[in-house]
Formats: sequence, C-alpha cells, structure tokens
Amino acid sequence: MNVLHHIPSTAQQRRTAYRRRQTVRSVLVAATSTAALGTLLVLAVTGAPGWDRVRESFLDPAIARDALPAVLSGLWLNVRLLVCCAAGALLLGLVIALLRTLRGPVFFPVRALAAGYTYTFRGLPLIIVLYVLTLGVPGLRLQGMPPVLVLGGLALVLTYGGYLAEVFRAGIESIHPSQLAAARSLGLTYRQTMRHVVLPQAVRRVAPPLLNDVVALQKDVGLVSLAGPIDAVRAAQIATAETFNYTPYILAGVLFVLLAIPLIAVTDWVTLRSARRRSGG
Amino acid sequence: MDVLTCRGLRKEFGDHVVLDGLDLTVGEHQVVALIGASGSGKSTLLRCVNLLEDLDDGVIELDGEDISDPRVDPDRVRRRIGMVFQSYNLFPHLSVLENITLAPIRVHRRPRAEAEAQARELLDRMGLGEKAHAYPDRLSGGQQQRVAMARALANSPRLMLLDEVTSALDPELVGEVLSMIRDLKADGMTMVLATHEMGFAREVADQVCFLDGGRVVEAGPPEQVLGDPTHPRTRQFLKRIIEAGRL
Repeated sequence: MNVLHHIPSTAQQRRTAYRRRQTVRSVLVAATSTAALGTLLVLAVTGAPGWDRVRESFLDPAIARDALPAVLSGLWLNVRLLVCCAAGALLLGLVIALLRTLRGPVFFPVRALAAGYTYTFRGLPLIIVLYVLTLGVPGLRLQGMPPVLVLGGLALVLTYGGYLAEVFRAGIESIHPSQLAAARSLGLTYRQTMRHVVLPQAVRRVAPPLLNDVVALQKDVGLVSLAGPIDAVRAAQIATAETFNYTPYILAGVLFVLLAIPLIAVTDWVTLRSARRRSGG
Repeated sequence: MDVLTCRGLRKEFGDHVVLDGLDLTVGEHQVVALIGASGSGKSTLLRCVNLLEDLDDGVIELDGEDISDPRVDPDRVRRRIGMVFQSYNLFPHLSVLENITLAPIRVHRRPRAEAEAQARELLDRMGLGEKAHAYPDRLSGGQQQRVAMARALANSPRLMLLDEVTSALDPELVGEVLSMIRDLKADGMTMVLATHEMGFAREVADQVCFLDGGRVVEAGPPEQVLGDPTHPRTRQFLKRIIEAGRL
C-alpha cells in the first residue's frame, strides 16, 4: 500500500534524473568507442598491402560453397562423437571421483587405482593415447576388435574422464563436513549420504567447470581423424589440398564456433544461476 | 531402566584431552542439561554418544546395549538417536518437507505418502505448515532450527541430543525454539542438551551437569547446581555467567 502511494522526495527525483542522464551518457560513449575501434580494425586489415591475396586464399565464397557438404558431414561426426564421449567421460569421471572418496582398508587398491588413473591420463598427451589405442591396440589382432572410431572415442573418454574426475572430486570435497554429520546422524548410510546429500550439492556446485571441459572436448574430438575417420577439420584439410585455397579451414572454424555457442551459453547461464543462488537473491 | 549410560569416556584430539573419564546417566523421560565453558567437552560428548566420534576409552550404553562396541552397526544406533546441531545443518538442496522425509523414506523404508503426512503433522504442530515447500535459505534461523528438530523427530528417536541449539540465533528467535523443547519434555522425550541458556536449563532440566576438564564436576537438580553449587569450579563458572548477565 505504502509502495503504491509513495511520492518520491525532490532529493530522490534529482537522483533518479541524474542516474538516467548517466545511463544515456554511458550508452553513447560505449557506442562511439566500439564504432571507432571497429573502423580502425577494418581499415588496418583491408588496407594492408597483402589484403587482396589473403582475401582470395582465405575468404573465397565459391570455394566455401563447394567445400560445405564435405565439411558438414565431417562436423556431423564431431557432433556424434561429442555426445557419446561427453556422456562416457562424465560417467567415468563421476565413478572415479566416488572411488577416490571410499574410506577403509579394503578399498585401498581401488583408491590407489583410481588415483593412478587420474595422474596418468591427466599427464598423458591426448594424441599419444589416441595413437596407442587406434594404432597399437588393433595391432594385437584380437577377436572382435571394435572399429577405429570406437577406439578413438575410448581414448577421448579416458583422457577427459581424468579431468572430470578431479572436478567432481573437488565438488565432493567442497561439501561441508557438517552436512555429512547431519546425514549420518539421521541414520543414513555412507552410500545414502553420498547419493542424497553430498552428490546433488556437489554436482550443482561444479556444473560450470564440468561444462567448460565439455566445451574443450568439443574441439578435441576431431583429433580422432589422426587415425582415419574424417571429421570437419580433416574434411577441410582435404578440400584445401584439392584447391590450394585455405577457405575451407575458415569455414570449419566458423562452424565450430557456431556449434560451441549454445554450449557456452548454457555454461554461462548455469554459472550465473549458481552465483545468484549463492548470494541468496 | 536408564536410556543412556556413559562410563569413563575418554576422547583425545592429538595432545588435547577433551573427555577425561566422564560418567553420565540419563533415565527414561529425563532431561539432562550439560553446562560448562566453551571447550569443556559438551559437544564432543554428544558427538561421541551419536558415534560421530570414535572413543579413546570408556563405554556407552543405549537401552542397556553397548553401542561403543566396534561390532555394532553405527547406522542402526543413530536411527534411535535424534541430533540437532548449533548451525542447523539443514540440507540446502532439499525443501523443508524433503529434509524431514529423507530419513523416514530412505532409512526406515516408509511409503512416501505416509512419511509426508507425518512430516506435515510435525510442521503444523510447530506452526510451520505453510513452509513445507520452502527451501532452508528462505527461512529465519529460528524456523530453520525448528525444521532441524522436526527432521530429528521424524525418526521417532529414543533419545534427543541438542547441541547448543539456540547459540546461533538472534535473541528474539530463541524463544520459539525453547518452547518447542518445552513441548518435547511435556511429551516425555528423553533429552540431553548442551546449553548456555542457564535460565532455560533451570526451568526445563531434571538434572544439570557441570562439565569441566572433560569430567562431570557437579551434577544434581538445577536449583542445587545453579543455585547453591558446592564445587569451587562451578561457583567460579556461575559467577562469570552472572557477571555477563546471563542468569
């Protein structure tokens, strides 16, 4: 009621007017500086002595149009690999993180193995894991060897599972011991406490860094092309070799950015939401 | 028969001996108040009884069963003991109703509808009925602490342990929590409470125990321990409390 009928004092009216003027001024300043910087950049690039040559070999619309189908079909492989590998790596990371929290002497070998795994695969370059799995393992000539694409995906899952395990573990360890005390004092077992009290809070807390690693994975899935399968970058490379023109690379780069935008937007949104929740607003 | 018996409890943290041969007996329907300076071992005693801490010596019996025996399943023991903490420790990702029904559903395997009906009844009795779907961070400290008590009560515990449940509250919110404890006493709940509220201890407790140096230095009815203490350490402690204007 008071809120509806409140008439601002002259002091408040003056403050409101001042703030409004300030807002208009900031918008104008921002627009001017952006326009100035943009103009300068465009002039610097297009005015460069070699601009015409660069435009021909990197930004040729006709070549981009010709390369598009091949690059897109490569990108479809990236997308499928990303979905499978992200799911696999998240699951593996969560399991490894949980194994590392187990207490008690029985679980020592499990803990040691899990710790050894995260140390090894976070240290090992992805390319080497890929080579070992896609070139070395098929060399064993075992029965029922999965195709190279699956082995390459496995290399990605193993490498990213190591990173994600540490993110999950950081989340689990960030939950205050008083939460565990409260859960255990209600008679919940260790497993129930993890499942219903610790993990739900931990996963929410580390969602932004988890998604960040998924964005990084999106770019790395293309490395399976080292073993044969043709992803977007490899398709662009082939097109480039046919035309002696680099436009297909730029095309693939633009497509990758477009693909990443939704994922990055989700990451930002989740980060913002958890920040708001923490501040209680 | 006594609900809780502690004999010769000892607990060390590194070089620091927190409990040093402590004895305590709590009878059925009895309310025992633990008083004493900070660091006198009140909270540690409650955490040991709830098996949240391992003992370094001594025996704890709950309804005649030795629960300090390492072969006893601690989860089974904790189901019979309700604990309320100084800082509430509600689960922030669960609503009030989910906080209260978590243990009945997961630990006691009761049907969800039954557990929720019981939780609503508890909340109504505390005047928090309309908060059932709110999240803990939307509640005042006093409301949070009452939800924490409801959560402990939903397990129908044999014994309630209250660890300075009003210490984190603003003065005007202390009353609502204390009146809940009064109701619990009227219902015949057996309770051990660590407290700094001497006036409340005098009113609600059947027995007051003064802890000092990890032992019960003086125990007896509140009017004797708080009104006419015999032990010099108790007198000294109460004198400081009176000087601070808290009695």
